[in-house]
Amino acid sequence: MNYIRKSFNLKIILYIILCLYAIVTVIPFLWALSASFKSLAEISATGLNFIPHSFTLDNYKEIFFKEPLFGRWLLNSIVVAIFVTGFNILFNSMAGYALARMRFPGNKFWFLIILAVLMIPGQITLIPNFLILKSLGWLNSYQGLIIPNVVNATFIFMMRQFFLNFPKELEEAAALDGLNSRETFWQVVLPLAKPALAAQAIFIFMASWNNFLTPLVISFDEELFTLPLGLNKFKGQYITYWNYIMAASMVFTLPPLAIYAFFNRYFIRGITFTGSK
Amino acid sequence: MDAEQYKWLLNGREYLCSIAKQFLQRRDVREAGSAYYFMMPAILVIGTFLILPLGYAIFLAFHRVQILGEISYEFTGFRNFLRIARDDRVWIALKNTVEYVAIVVPAQTILALSLAVILNSQIRGKNWFRVIFFLPTVTSSAVLTLIFMWIYNSNGLLNGILSRIGLPTYNWIGDPAVALKSIMLMNIWSTAPFFMVVYLAALQDIPVSLYEAATIDGISKWKQFTHITLPLLKPVTFFIAVMGTIGTFQLFDQSYIFSSGSGGPNNSTLTVVLLIYQYVFKSLDLGYAAALALMLAIAITIFTLIQRQLFQTNSLD
Repeated sequence: MNYIRKSFNLKIILYIILCLYAIVTVIPFLWALSASFKSLAEISATGLNFIPHSFTLDNYKEIFFKEPLFGRWLLNSIVVAIFVTGFNILFNSMAGYALARMRFPGNKFWFLIILAVLMIPGQITLIPNFLILKSLGWLNSYQGLIIPNVVNATFIFMMRQFFLNFPKELEEAAALDGLNSRETFWQVVLPLAKPALAAQAIFIFMASWNNFLTPLVISFDEELFTLPLGLNKFKGQYITYWNYIMAASMVFTLPPLAIYAFFNRYFIRGITFTGSK
Repeated sequence: MDAEQYKWLLNGREYLCSIAKQFLQRRDVREAGSAYYFMMPAILVIGTFLILPLGYAIFLAFHRVQILGEISYEFTGFRNFLRIARDDRVWIALKNTVEYVAIVVPAQTILALSLAVILNSQIRGKNWFRVIFFLPTVTSSAVLTLIFMWIYNSNGLLNGILSRIGLPTYNWIGDPAVALKSIMLMNIWSTAPFFMVVYLAALQDIPVSLYEAATIDGISKWKQFTHITLPLLKPVTFFIAVMGTIGTFQLFDQSYIFSSGSGGPNNSTLTVVLLIYQYVFKSLDLGYAAALALMLAIAITIFTLIQRQLFQTNSLD
């Protein structure tokens, strides 16, 4: 009896801790969301109210209709993220499949290269890549934002591990049916790799969507900013207009949140992969 | 060339062709062809944007680089590296980074572990909490920084709450003694949930039978935690500490946005990567910046290698 009461009390304490931390997690988002629906006058007053006194959509109207470049930045972010994600899914799976399943001269060598490349920190390639893109004439261009990122060594490695555990029988059956290795890959293997592809897609999309440093170096023409750069510019431009900045931040946060809400089990899978690699 | 020789050559050519044909029809050659077709995009991109730049970075680090107009290089030997040792701002950035690692890494690790252990005890609504806790991890660092700057504002939410409950308020962004700590606080809050998920996965790998046996032996929950859970989590904790350290070495977005790229106030939020960025784009001193980046990369690679070494067991196949 005593024991049960004690464990009951403990549980309540644990719940309180969890709820408190949940509040700590959510408050910054709610505060930002509430600012995005308040007028400048209201956010300038030092009230601590989360529910706006006078609810307004003007901030969203302002950034979408009066700020000429906001739509463009949003579009740039979407285009870059979609292309980067699409190419990565394709190219990482192809390379991972070749490394896992095909015998060819250099197999071991390329696998070691992939493993070595995994360790190269992004900071060291930053300056040379800037110069390489400059000499290709790709600064301030979509190809400059997209092409250097269309392959990811971590996910080539992940796809290799995935295909190593893929049942061989299916490919043998495909070979008996007269499919060659390329046809087997496109028609049999890839459609069955969907869960791994989904995990990959989510991570790549998020990384591309949230990337700040690389676009900062590559795009200095405002027309070719992605949204994080645009937000940073907003900050300088509307120093006290936090209502606009927060509205823009909310628009920017919506797509990853939606993806997260729908696919959160893939997230956990992806993290446990990268976490125990 | 007489007819005899010509005939011989022709036959030779035919012979070579037939060998080539046989060779190309062999299964392994066809397979190698397909394999390189599959590998080609990866090889091209990794070659052009990872391996070539790596060599180029090392080259740059030993040169003075002029990029206005036609790009030109002047070999300077180790001068860039010697300059690092004498550069006050490098030492400030390093000091900031060390301070950052010393506070952020333990704090986020302990927070992540506590949350994971609580969530792992049989609690209802576990998934809900996990989904909520994970929110900062999916939000972009740019957005998080802006939200926190809004909260840290001198008339902002945080000071509002502090003064309401009678605590002192701070100039979270503008005071050199506080600015870096503001970023730390934000960083702990935003990365702990990621490591919490890593801990959760590790906790689920610990066999329940261990705890059952301990409970039967009458060992208290706290003792079970310190004698079973903690020792078994040691490798994961180490992994998280190294990952956290590498992450803080690479800190850029937050300081850049916080200080509008200056690393201020009074260099208090200057980080190594921000310094590299400034040398490239403010002073156009690419050679020196490359030398700095090379040193940073070496430090990070050493950490990564240590981590790899300790996690060899479950890597690769």
